[in-house]
Parts: sequence; C-alpha cells; structure tokens
Amino acid sequence: MDNETIISLLYVFALAAFLGYLVISKVPPLLHTPLMSATNAISGISVVGAIVLAGSQHDRVSTILGVIAVISATINVVGGFMITDRMLRMFQDKTGRKK
Amino acid sequence: MCGTDEAIFALILFSFRVFSVFRGQISFMQIPYLIEIIYLVASVLFIYGLKAMSHPTTARRGMNAAAVGMLMAIAGTLFHREIVSYEWIIVGLVIGSLIGAAMSIWMPMTAMPQRTALSHAFGALAATIVGIAEFYRYSGELGSFKMTAIGFEVLFGGITVTGSLIAFAKLQGLVRGTPVTYKGQNIVNISLFVAAVGIFVYLIFFPVGILFYVMVGMAFLFGVLLVLPIGAADMPVVMSLMNSYAGLASAATGFALNNKVLIIAGTLDGFSGLILSILMCRAMNRSITNVLFGAFGSAGTEATQIEGTMRETSVDDVAVQLAYARQVVFVPGYGMATAQAQHALRELADTLEKRGVSVKYAIHPVAGRMPGHMNVLLAEANVPYSLLYELEQVNPEMPTTDVAVVVGANDTVNPDARDNPKSAIAGMPIIEVDRATQVIVLKRGQGKGFSGIENPLFFKPNTAMLYGDAKDSLSKLAQAVQQA
Repeated sequence: MDNETIISLLYVFALAAFLGYLVISKVPPLLHTPLMSATNAISGISVVGAIVLAGSQHDRVSTILGVIAVISATINVVGGFMITDRMLRMFQDKTGRKK
Repeated sequence: MCGTDEAIFALILFSFRVFSVFRGQISFMQIPYLIEIIYLVASVLFIYGLKAMSHPTTARRGMNAAAVGMLMAIAGTLFHREIVSYEWIIVGLVIGSLIGAAMSIWMPMTAMPQRTALSHAFGALAATIVGIAEFYRYSGELGSFKMTAIGFEVLFGGITVTGSLIAFAKLQGLVRGTPVTYKGQNIVNISLFVAAVGIFVYLIFFPVGILFYVMVGMAFLFGVLLVLPIGAADMPVVMSLMNSYAGLASAATGFALNNKVLIIAGTLDGFSGLILSILMCRAMNRSITNVLFGAFGSAGTEATQIEGTMRETSVDDVAVQLAYARQVVFVPGYGMATAQAQHALRELADTLEKRGVSVKYAIHPVAGRMPGHMNVLLAEANVPYSLLYELEQVNPEMPTTDVAVVVGANDTVNPDARDNPKSAIAGMPIIEVDRATQVIVLKRGQGKGFSGIENPLFFKPNTAMLYGDAKDSLSKLAQAVQQA
C-alpha cells in the first residue's frame, strides 16, 4: 500500500470517528438496545471481505475460512437488521399514543 | 412490513438485472470504480440510518435505508475481480441468512442480551478469520502498515469472540454469573496482554512465522480471562465494550483490505460501543478499568450497619395502597426480565390508570443486562414510551410519589450508594425510591442482589416487602386493585 492510500484511509477513519461520536450521542437511552443491534448489523459489512475470500479460490484453506466468515457475518447482517426492525416496530407502534 | 419486503425483493431482482447487463456492456476496467461508488452510497445510507435512530418515529425508516445500503454493498462486491466462483459464496450467504433469520424471529425479547452477545461473537469471528486468511496468504510480503491493521483486527476480534461467548454463557446461565476470581488474576491478565502486544510489535517488523498464530491464540485466551471475573451486574459495560471491539475489528479489516466502507461502518460501531460503555460506567460511577480489573465486592468496602427489620406485606394491603394513590412509580430491574413480568406489570399499570392513578416507569441506565434492556421489554408489553422516565427526570418527582414499586431491581435503588461513602457502589446515581411515601419491593426471596451488597432500603420503615414470583404477584395485584 502506498503512503497516499494510507493517508486517505486514516482521513476516512478520523472523520468517521468524529461523525460517529456526534450521531451516536443524539440517540436517546430509550433506543440503546436497538442501537446496539443496529450497529452490530452494520459492522457485519465485513461480509464483503469474506465474500471476496470465499470466491477467489486462492487455495482450499482460504476458501474454507472464507465460507465460515461469510456465514458468521451474514448471521449478523440478516439477524441484526431483522431483530432491530422487530424492536423498532414495538417502539413505533405507540408513537405518542396516550390512552 | 409487507411493503418493505416487496421493495427489498424488487431490489434484488433489479440487481440481478443490472448484473447481467453490466457483464456485457461495462468494460472490465470500470468495475472497480463502480463498486467504490456503490460502497460510497452504502456508507451514506449507514450514517443516515444511525442518524435516524435519534427518535423512535424515524428510527425504523432509517434502518430500512441502512439495510438497503447493506444489500447494495453485498451485491456490488459480487462484481469484485478476484471472485472466480460463486458457489461457496452462495452457500455461505444462504446458511448465514437462515440462521440469522431464525435467531431473530424466534428469540424472545427477554433473551435480547444473550442474542446480542452472540452476534458480537459472530461479527468478531468474521473479522478475525478474514485477518487470519490475509496473513496466511500474504505472510512474508506484508508491508508494515497492512501487518499493523491485521494485528489490530485479530487482537480486537479474538478478544471479542471469546469474551462475548463467555458473556453469552453467563447471561444464559451456562456459567455462574458471579465473578470468577483467583489470586494473582490481574498479574496473569496483564502479563498475557503485554506478551501479546510484544509479539504484535515484533510481527510488524518481521511478519512471518508461527508467532502470528500464537498471538491469535493469546487474544482468544485473553477474551476468556477478561470477562470471567466480571459479575452479572456489570454486564451492560461488558456488552458495550464488546460492541465497540467488534466494530474496531471490522474497521481494522477495512484498513487491511483498503476498503473504506468497512472502515466507516466499523468505526461507527466502535464509537457507538465506546460511548455506551462510557455512559454505563458513568451510571455506576466507576471507571472502565475498575469494571474490568476490580472484580466487584472485594475488600475495602463496608456496608451500612443495618437497623430495623424487613417488613413483609400482603397483596391485599398493597392493592389498597396502590388503588388510592395519586402517583405510582414502577422501578423495573433485571428481576422483571427473569420473571418475564413485563406484561403483568403493564396490566397492573393499566388498571391503576383506569382508576385515575398517575403511573410512571423509572428506568435506570444500567437496569438489566445491557443498555436499554428495560425499555425494550416494556415496549414489548405495549407500554407507551411517553411513560418511561429517565433517572434525572424521575428523581425530583419521588417526594410527591405515594407508592414506589420496585420490580426486581436492587443496586439501582440502593440508598447506600448515596449515603455511605464506604459502600462498594458509593457515588452511583440511584433512583431515590426511599424518598417516596411508601416503597413496595417485589422480590423472590430474602437474599442479596447480584453484586452481593446488602440493601438498607429493604429495612427502612417506609419499605414493605412482597415476596414471590414478580409476574405472579403483579397479576394478583391487578386483580385485587380491580376489586378494591
């Protein structure tokens, strides 16, 4: 990796960290559990690295590792988004509802 | 729900369409840029999704957008030039989707902390494996930057995999929840940590050999040793910390693979977990190091001399007090989750509201086993979130509250935290139920809480204990209030 690439990656990291801090601070304690499962689902993006690993047929070991990684990351992505939605639906259904 | 499903299905069809068109028309050279653009859009959708989490009314829409972003990123990755065969990818995606969907559909809400712990383990496992594979394929020719990234990836990942599995075992009751401690524990942990860091530094300069795998093994071991001594009451901090590490492992993967969407998503997750850890620690007035290395309830602390006796009360007495109160505050804790009492609690609250009693729920930030645990359970029982009050909002109301009902909470209402500077939980903000005219504590039996700390609240003259299963007691109370 050349130095220019490294610097640009560090830029992305620094800005994402700052942005993350600002965005997450605004999330009310009410939604902290869905927040955790949501960020978990989003960080399941490591599935893209796993997909390339599983599909590149470099050697047998890499392929096996890749498949395991794809499975576990996909569990996170699919399960994470579905459970987050299930929770948020419970919060949404009674928006400001007063009996 | 139906609409979302259809939209996602249409999008999948559309991606296949695009896929076949692009295969023919777009030149091979342009594909990497196309993937980059898709990743960029996905990153924006992720950030938008988390931004929408700032309010319950927008959160769901935001998450749908983030899910679309994820789908795009995955679809885009399938164009990657290194991919030569799709069969194993599809096998992995299908198996993962089935397991993930099954887990989220059939998991009861009370098992949320366990599920979250497991998913931290899965996420970290994926990152760790990708890191190991990168090392396996390129060892010897790795630059120092890439080696550093892979090192962080497997260290954070390894710790999270085993740490989360231990947390899962504790939450599920497979391992006892009490802290596991032994002499010289901190020394063992710290030496292991220092050794792993030493190997890491060495690898940056000489990225070859078996040492890398030794380091991965050490990270796995460290995760176990780190979480074993942590008590069940400190689980919210552990969960947040594991959340953070899993994210940072993903971010490190992004550095290793030169993939910006991975860095962005991982960093967002990492910082989210970090902020939650800080909030949880603040809610207990402890530092992260104290939670991790200060196995709870050890020497140097003194409980208040307990005066008075615990007074037991009956369902009928409590029902009368509740029925004729002006304001009642319910304080749920982990006991409500274990007893699955959230529905019974809401029924009692509904009955009271029908009689004109003002009902509020007071939620302590560390109540339960993960951040926001109580809120989710009460939402599942259809409690409107406008009735849920945070610590700072509800404490000023306590002196004008007629009855405060503690449902399976203990440390979060322990007045010792406020009054006794020598207490193990001194300085922890509490819900001041003892300032209410009357306190009713629903409890299984006379034992101490998870932290093993005596609670003087139970011995105060204005406190009465109602022993038994919380769900059972609450249902009986609802019936008795109706007849009162």
